[in-house]
Amino acid sequence: MWDYTEKVKEHFLHPRNVGEVENPDGIGEVGSLACGDALTLTIKVDEQGRIADARFKTFGCASAIASSSALTEMIKGMTIEEAQRITNQDIADFLGGLPKEKMHCSVLGREALEAAIANYRQEPLPTAHGEIVCECFGVTDVEIRHAIAESKLHSVEEITNFTKAGGGCGKCQGRIAALLKEFWHDIKIEEGEKPKRLTNVQKIKLIEQVLEREIRPALQRDGGDIELVDVDGDFVSVALRGACVGCQMSGVTIKDYVEKRLREQVLETLIVEEAE
Amino acid sequence: MAAQGERSVIYLDNNATTRVAPEVLEAMLPYFCERYGNPSSMHSFGGRVARQIATAREQIAALIGASPEELIFTSCGTESDSTAILSSLQASPEKRQIVTTRVEHPAVKSLCEQLDSLTGHKHRLSMLPVGRDGRLDRQQFQEALSDETAIVSVMWANNETGVIFPIEELAQIARNRGILFHTDAVQAVGKIPIDLQRIPVDLLSISGHKLHGPKGIGVLYVRKGTPFVPFLIGGHQEHGRRGGTENVASIIGLGKACELAAARLAEENNRVRRLRDRLEGGLLSSIPNAMLNGHQQERLPNTCSISFEYVEGEAILLHLDEHNICASSGSACTSGSLEPSHVLRAMGVPFTAAHGSIRFSLSVYNTEEEIDFVLEKLPPIIAYLRQLSPFWKG
Repeated sequence: MWDYTEKVKEHFLHPRNVGEVENPDGIGEVGSLACGDALTLTIKVDEQGRIADARFKTFGCASAIASSSALTEMIKGMTIEEAQRITNQDIADFLGGLPKEKMHCSVLGREALEAAIANYRQEPLPTAHGEIVCECFGVTDVEIRHAIAESKLHSVEEITNFTKAGGGCGKCQGRIAALLKEFWHDIKIEEGEKPKRLTNVQKIKLIEQVLEREIRPALQRDGGDIELVDVDGDFVSVALRGACVGCQMSGVTIKDYVEKRLREQVLETLIVEEAE
Repeated sequence: MAAQGERSVIYLDNNATTRVAPEVLEAMLPYFCERYGNPSSMHSFGGRVARQIATAREQIAALIGASPEELIFTSCGTESDSTAILSSLQASPEKRQIVTTRVEHPAVKSLCEQLDSLTGHKHRLSMLPVGRDGRLDRQQFQEALSDETAIVSVMWANNETGVIFPIEELAQIARNRGILFHTDAVQAVGKIPIDLQRIPVDLLSISGHKLHGPKGIGVLYVRKGTPFVPFLIGGHQEHGRRGGTENVASIIGLGKACELAAARLAEENNRVRRLRDRLEGGLLSSIPNAMLNGHQQERLPNTCSISFEYVEGEAILLHLDEHNICASSGSACTSGSLEPSHVLRAMGVPFTAAHGSIRFSLSVYNTEEEIDFVLEKLPPIIAYLRQLSPFWKG
């Protein structure tokens, strides 16, 4: 059973502002039946640019309903500019926190608000321009970057908790990891932090040493093996051998084991991939 | 006060776990502080315990038509499944195909999916699909078997839908081809008659807590003459087939639970079935856009899985919880993953319905009053949640 706060339970059992505003000035529709949660937010904006009324309809679990209810309570009486500054964390905080696996419910709320405001201003939604990364849940790179920045996410698992991306078939997890890497790498450069410099020869030598010293012996114990195929910038391409070939866990082996060890011991920015 | 609160719970989640029968607990209690001897000891204090274990073994064997020496005690259903499959693979290392279904419990499914890394060998995994009603296609089953098949593992009854597989027929097909047949029967034992003298399965898994026995005890049935390689290596217990000092109290408890189950089998298939049908019929007739998941007839007498379209399972469960009604759901939000249950997906239940699926699983302890209470409380919950749902245009 999920560890919901009393406030989540209270808003779930007695949600505020259920329904649709008549003749709304802004409508935000996010999520889908297939994804398991969806939220339609309607808002009424008065002449002073304040949100006079906000109502919701939600299909989803307890935390999705509670997040929607909380959102409407928070934005009523706010100016559009004030409402625009609301983050998913604000929604979660209003509810006294959400289980980490349920943070995507608060993101759903923030997205619906963004969509309703864009609709009110008759502007296109910024996230609509993105490119789909997670096909199972229809999550774009723009949404993922937004979540990374908004909630300071550092792992693929966190991104799944906040956006659902990567939580279905899992095929896009490599791409999510790359987005994550790219984002924090860019931030570091912006902050003027000098990334560790290695010449290509130094990098390859170090990678080979780690492979020989610990990764190959570990895989060989299970009847498998690994070979270094190429190093191109931060991209390390490897080939699995022996029992690892065709193993359903090989993706996990590469990301959770090989990449992790190489990042720890060679360079934080390395991205390990299986050679085509 | 607490005891009062406990009693008022309406427990319809018996495929998750069951109440330990009071008779079972009573049988177990002396084995903690009084008869705590080790059954392997040379003294008669331990020897008496060994004789009680022998009695429990007979009680369990009688329920499924086995010989007592064909039973190995394990720690749970999962251990029984792992032991059966890994043993069969080790027994014929040259065979590299495993045939199973897409709707197995994770104890079989996840094991099969990770076998390559466990055994260091590459295996060909054939996971048979099921139809919209949750049943296997016999033709596809037959065609999946090959000379390479080391083991077939098909559950006796599905935990989510209660759909029963034609184990007698499938086991016979495997037997005719000389292929080992394992069945995860944790949901079937105690709920439907099982006679292994007649049905040619080689290996069968039982879990104690699914039939009013304690948690932490399981059984693996290994037909006489079946090649067997132990999973837990250690002492000589279980004739060297499973090391580790016996979980004495739980074994005694499971023996008693099986004796009770044998005596209650008729009640389970009559009274419990009628209660289940009353619940199911009442919900399907009073709630629009609701549908049964799984074949209506070929089903355990205690289980029903119903999908309520346009609402989400966790929200339904938590509203039921407000009335102390316990059930479970195949929705994504309750499974801890983001996708709905693999069983419903394998059956092709549309996502619109899978997210709103609720499983009720009854036991002999349920009453008509309890069922009527659920029939009174659930329809308004569904109606309320649908009012909240942007997809409901009712």
